[in-house]
Order: sequence, then C-alpha cells, then structure tokens
Amino acid sequence: MKKLAITSIVLIVALLGITSYFALAVAPTEATMGDVQRIFYYHVSSGWVGMLCFFVNFVASIVYLWKRSAASDALAEASAEVGVVFCGVLLLLGTLWAKPVWGIWWTWDARLTTTLVLWLIYVSYLVLRRFSAGGQTQVLAAAFAIFGFADVPIVYMSIRWFRTQHPSPVIGGGAGSGMAPAIWHVFLLTLVAFTILGAVFVWLRYKLATQEQALESAHAQAALKGVA
Amino acid sequence: MSVLRLTRATLMKDLRMEWRSKDAINSMLFFALLVVVIFSFAFNPTAEESRLIAGGLIWVAFLFAAVVALNQTWARELRNQVLDAYRVSPAPPNALFLAKALGNFLFVVVLECLMAPLFVIFYELRSVGPLWQLIVVALLGTWALVVNGTFFAALSIRTRSREIMLPLILFPISIPALLGMVDATTSILTGEASPDFWIKMLAVYDIVFTAICLLLFETVLNAE
Repeated sequence: MKKLAITSIVLIVALLGITSYFALAVAPTEATMGDVQRIFYYHVSSGWVGMLCFFVNFVASIVYLWKRSAASDALAEASAEVGVVFCGVLLLLGTLWAKPVWGIWWTWDARLTTTLVLWLIYVSYLVLRRFSAGGQTQVLAAAFAIFGFADVPIVYMSIRWFRTQHPSPVIGGGAGSGMAPAIWHVFLLTLVAFTILGAVFVWLRYKLATQEQALESAHAQAALKGVA
Repeated sequence: MSVLRLTRATLMKDLRMEWRSKDAINSMLFFALLVVVIFSFAFNPTAEESRLIAGGLIWVAFLFAAVVALNQTWARELRNQVLDAYRVSPAPPNALFLAKALGNFLFVVVLECLMAPLFVIFYELRSVGPLWQLIVVALLGTWALVVNGTFFAALSIRTRSREIMLPLILFPISIPALLGMVDATTSILTGEASPDFWIKMLAVYDIVFTAICLLLFETVLNAE
C-alpha cells in the first residue's frame, strides 16, 4: 500500500504539472476571452472525468445487484466519491469563468442546473451510504444509484425547456464551433491527463474501500469467535 | 394469491387503519396548513402576484406534507416483524409495494382536495386556463412524488436517523417532477402558456420510475 501511495502521488504531481505547464504557458491566449479561457482546459476535463465516474458508478451498481461481488460495490463507492469531487471542481471552475465572461457567477441555465442537480443526487447517494446500517448499505446504495442515473436525462430534458445560456457545444456544435489547432492539442492533452488522474484517484479509493471491507469482515469474525 | 388480490387486501388494511387512526392525514393536513400560513407571512403576496407564485407554493407545501405521511409508510410494518413475515411468505413483494404506493397516493390526493379551498381563500386564486388540466397535473405529479417516496421510505427505514434520511434522498431525485408540476400549474393558472410539455414529461417520469421501483423493490425488501 505504501509503495502504491508513493507511486500514485508522483504520478498525480507529474500529471498536474504537465497539464498546468501546457494549459497555462504553452497554449496560446484566446482572442476574445483572454487568459480566462485557460480555465476551459480544466473545466471540461473535470466535467468529463466526473461524468465518466458517475457512469462507472452506474455500471458497478448494476453489476453489484447482479453478482453481489464486494469488488463492484467498492468500485461504485470509489467512483461516486471521485465523481462528486470532480463534478464539484467543474461547478467551481464554471463560476470562476462565468464571472468575468458573463458578468455573473451563476445562472439557472440548462446545463448548469443539470450539473448541479447531478451533483446533488450523488451527494445524497454518499449520504445514504454513510447513514445506512451494516450489511444493507451495498444493496440500498446500488438501488439508489440506478434511480439517480435514470433521473439525469429527465432532469436535462425538463430543465432545457427553460432557456440556455451556456456556450453551445464547442466540439461538433455546427457552424462557427471548433478550436484552433494549438488549443485543440492542449485540450486533448489535459483531457487524457485528467482521465488518468481520475483513474488513479478511483483506484486509490477502491483499494481503500476493499481494505475497509476486509477490516469490517475481520471485526465480524472476531466478534463471532468471542461469542463462541 | 394473485398480485391484484394481495394488493387490494394490503391496501384495504392500510386504509382501514388510517380511517380509524387518521394519523397520516391529520399530521399532513396540519403541516400543509402551517406551510400555507408561513408562506403567506413570508411573501405577503397580492392576488396578482399569488397567481404567479401559487404553483410553487402549492407543490412545495404538498411535497413537505407528503414526506410526513411517507415516513410513516413502513414504520407500522416494522413493529411485530411484519416485514420479516412478509419476506418469508411466498407473497409477491410488488403487491406490497403497489398497495403502499396506492395508499400514500390516496392520502395525498385527499390532502390536496381538502387543501385546495384553503389556497383559494388565502391567496384569492382563480384559474385563467382550463381547470381540468390542473387535475391531470395533480394526479400525475402526486404519483411521481409518491411512487419514489414510498420506495425511498423503504430505503431510509433501514438507515440510522430514518426520518431525516427520506427528504435527503427523495428531493434531489424529485427535482424534475417538482419543476414540471410547478411550471405546469403556473402556466394553467396564468393561462399564458401551454402545460402540454410538462404533462408529457410527468407521464414519462411516472412510467420510468414506476418501472424501476417495481424492478428493484424485491431486492431492497430482501436486503440484509
């Protein structure tokens, strides 16, 4: 575990260092927004990792309900926690970007609101995990995860019915979308780096969760022996 | 026994118990009344303003009040190990779930019928749009709250601090349903927009979550 932790820390520092160097120094300054645009690299990458984590959580929850394997439950817990963190970073960076560009910190637009609701759903997933008792946690959490994931498209559809202020998709968003090649390369680099970063976090949290499970069952065994 | 007969038996039992004790309906009614009075003090709206905010007000009051009844759904089945008995019996779990959800649905609908005149009196409400649409929205919206609420009550009863847990997990999931109910009600009351999209959205929400509830209830009932 110690070796794993040291390797991970080195990897995390290296990944953050490389992305920061490219996003802050190498990438050209954007024409209309200036340096504020550099938030974009972190913002979109965190969002991507967050959504990926929630998807992993959904798949792991289904696998848990199906196979009842402790590993898939540990993965579900790990990915939900990491997902909430990255989704939180996404929201935070979004407000930091919005203030100078839009002139407001927050607006109740479709994508912002959907992301906030998504974040709330997975926070309540973590609250449910924390508060449920003993051996039932896994089943209850897995059931709730399916509700949460099914809610996302409905949330998006219903909130879209209001109005949209978020910039339209930069990638594949039709005429006028797209990025300069230099920005595109840096963006791809941060995206890959953040995906690895997210995977490292999930992996570490997964290891921790499996050790917690092992500790719990050891306690249960010891208690049983004490009674006998 | 068939699912239908079992559902009916459980539902009638719950309705009879409620008829004799009136626990759920009384506490919901009083709670909703308090919310109405407190909102009136907090916002002090004129008749024109209240038509704009009434959609939100009505549904927030009903949502909070419904949680009171939902929290009691499974509590009486825990006493005397009724749920454990149900688990070992060959009875289909979904019959139990449907009965509980229908029971809660009826309680909340009764609450809405009793509270509607109060809203009219306190907020001088008058609908500009067609009234029958309001009934459709109320039925679809109430089922949306109650079906997930009944399921999540079964989750939260297994946790520490049960009563606090239910709103914490129910409200985030119910946000689109609440949004649909509020916006549809406001557009009917003001007569300025068509609630068609929201009615369809609520119908989709109801179908999706009823299906998931029925799919997962057995798993949750047997969680150990």
